[in-house]
Amino acid sequence: MPVYIAKRLLVAIPTLLIISIFVFSLQKLLPGDPILAMAGEERDPATLAFLREKYRLNDPVIMQYFHWLGGILTGDFGISLRTNQPVLELIGQKLPVTIQLAMMAMFFALAIGIPMGILAAVWKNTAIDYFANFVALCGLSLPNFWLGIMLILLVSVNLGWLPASGYESIFVDPVRSIKTTLMPAFVLGTGLAAQIMRHTRSSMLGVLSADYIRTARAKGLSPWTIVMSHSFRNALLPIVTMSALLFGELLAGAVLTEQIFTIPGFGKLIVDAVFNRDYAVVQGVVLCTAIGFILMNLVADILYVLLNPRLRVNL
Amino acid sequence: MNRLTTLTTLTTALLTVAVIGFPATSAELRIGMQDDADVLDPAQSRTFVGRIVYTAMCDKLVDISQEMKIVPQLATAWNWSADGKTLTMKLREGVKFHDGTPFNAQAVVATIERNMTLPESRRKSELASVENVEASGEYEVKFTLKSPDVTLLAQLSDRAGMIVSPKAAAELGANFGNHPVCAGPFKFVERIQQDRIVLEKFQDYWNKDQVFLDKITYLPIPDTTVRLANLRAGDLDMAERISASDAASVKSDPDLAYADVIGPGYMALYVNIDNGPLADNPFGKDKRLRQAFSLSIDREAISQIVFEGTAMAGNQPFPPSSPWFNKALPVPARDVEKAKALMKEAGHETYEIELQHANNTTQTQMMQVIQSMAAEAGFNVKLKATEFATLLSEQTAGNYVFSRSDWSGRIDPDGNIHQFITCKGGINDVKYCNPEVDKLLNDARASTDDAVRKEKYDAAGLILNDDMPIVYLGHQPYAYAIDKSVSGFAPSPDGMIRLVGVKNED
Repeated sequence: MPVYIAKRLLVAIPTLLIISIFVFSLQKLLPGDPILAMAGEERDPATLAFLREKYRLNDPVIMQYFHWLGGILTGDFGISLRTNQPVLELIGQKLPVTIQLAMMAMFFALAIGIPMGILAAVWKNTAIDYFANFVALCGLSLPNFWLGIMLILLVSVNLGWLPASGYESIFVDPVRSIKTTLMPAFVLGTGLAAQIMRHTRSSMLGVLSADYIRTARAKGLSPWTIVMSHSFRNALLPIVTMSALLFGELLAGAVLTEQIFTIPGFGKLIVDAVFNRDYAVVQGVVLCTAIGFILMNLVADILYVLLNPRLRVNL
Repeated sequence: MNRLTTLTTLTTALLTVAVIGFPATSAELRIGMQDDADVLDPAQSRTFVGRIVYTAMCDKLVDISQEMKIVPQLATAWNWSADGKTLTMKLREGVKFHDGTPFNAQAVVATIERNMTLPESRRKSELASVENVEASGEYEVKFTLKSPDVTLLAQLSDRAGMIVSPKAAAELGANFGNHPVCAGPFKFVERIQQDRIVLEKFQDYWNKDQVFLDKITYLPIPDTTVRLANLRAGDLDMAERISASDAASVKSDPDLAYADVIGPGYMALYVNIDNGPLADNPFGKDKRLRQAFSLSIDREAISQIVFEGTAMAGNQPFPPSSPWFNKALPVPARDVEKAKALMKEAGHETYEIELQHANNTTQTQMMQVIQSMAAEAGFNVKLKATEFATLLSEQTAGNYVFSRSDWSGRIDPDGNIHQFITCKGGINDVKYCNPEVDKLLNDARASTDDAVRKEKYDAAGLILNDDMPIVYLGHQPYAYAIDKSVSGFAPSPDGMIRLVGVKNED
């Protein structure tokens, strides 16, 4: 297994290099001058020239790329053009926020998606199945921004149960932290819940029609034992791996959800950075996201192997 | 199970203590802002919201009154020399910076020099007229100018005049923004980017008896609907720049108060007169077409439709409410027939033109209204929605024919006109150049007599209204929604949130 992991990590290096080239060059293709965006209403040519020099924007693009890459290899992701903060420090501040949000969203997604998927499979083509499918369809088709604003109006403004937006660190005030992330996590989780429900349903249906389930039934086991111990365990395999991969989707969804609920996480960082042409921040954040995605893929593969002993033979 | 129950009870008890444990007596004000501020160094920053934070944190040499007059703050009195080239200021005594460093003439000299020489400084053009600044006494400074420039006072009423602790500035250099130390009523506590900026009352503030708040939290919440929802849910005490479409619902809410004031800025359409090859078109060369376009617009209707009546129609760089507004040039009524006649005179039945604008909701809506108004006069306007940073660089580079952008405005009239329209103006993106206008605007800058200045601006305004390199459309308000528990707040025409005297009896 360690050899397998090491091999996979080695393969990730060229992938990351290609991603870094993409991130860097696409960014340069964007119209809009970061120095003008930065200087705002100040147009003193000497200041503009100084800033251009300071952030190496006068160097050829290739040189800028290698300088940036060299910095990253030594742990220096550059400095935010907008606030002068080191990019790594910004990422360190924002990443835990988004991870918390993503984990809570995943909790909602699993807590809603799996039971609904099981129910829909067990009572296939009944009112329960249709209802579960209807809920899933709603979860997939309601846009996050709409659902988010409606929830704010209902839960915060009318009922006054939860704060409308903002964020508190879980280490500073755990109760408030959970309160502030509850709604955004729910909004983010609903879309995924729908996907998980659909996967659970089809996976369960496959297992429920297997021979050994019929045998179990013939032996007179209770329906509950058959569904939970015999079917669900086997049906879980594709769901676990898919959930790991869905983390990537969670990050993408966080971009929008964080905007609505003003959560100072990764998504909000990247949107603001793109609008301000804060090159170093955009590059750093996208690269980190790519690394995260590659790691989650690896985790999915490892989980798959751990859960399915038959696959270990090939390692 | 028993152990689990004990654990749960203990955790709940601890959390309850944590929640109720906070003292509820201190007066806090939470302000929802449209954007996050950039670097918090008065020498380097450029955002509007940054200035709002400074208003509570950094006192300036002079301040602006509700009537847009220059009033004392850290400087108690000042006078100009007869030739207008020397400005002497008497400074307030007994003032301290947040780090305890005493405020004196040396500190003023250090700050002004820092603003003029720090390589990262964005204050250089604002202080371009200053030859040098020196301490002529412990509490007196003397600015010597290269040429007469009355606008300097207005510059000193903003970031260029915010005096920072010389000790902190020397220690932190260009990183001053990570821990700003000024001499305002509130001092910096912490900042979490894109989340909050927290200030607390400065106990040694020179005017501390008028400060009734203990803590200020600025929360950037870009979405206006969400910002207002936070206020209604009680998570904010004040929301700045609420959208015009929400004004009516705020007014009808018994828990909220609404306040607005017309800002000093303007909304305008910039015509590419001579900025690169794209200027070579009839619209850039023939002023009759531009006049026709202007006449086709119903400015009052725009204010009513797009801004729900909260904006003010205008046709000059200064709002009609300003003392600098030229009354001889009233806001024109729409006249489609005259517009058509002017177009015919210029040799066009119809005219196709591309107009770029920022891709936000209000601007898009406003441009669509203008598009249909201009269509009646024969203009076939193609709208090009552009993301703001791109619009800015396209406008500077001359990659446009007709472009919509705003100016946040300055207290001194010079700041709304000189740099946009003089031949060598720093933001002259239209590249209009008229020596006669240059002379009038330079003369206005040099005179310390407001009557003389007004005459010059009026004369320049007449020429510009005829040449029309910039089509002024109107003036936006600064609108606030405030919780009824907050008292003592009055909106300032510069859009800043002044907190001295404000109370929150929540």
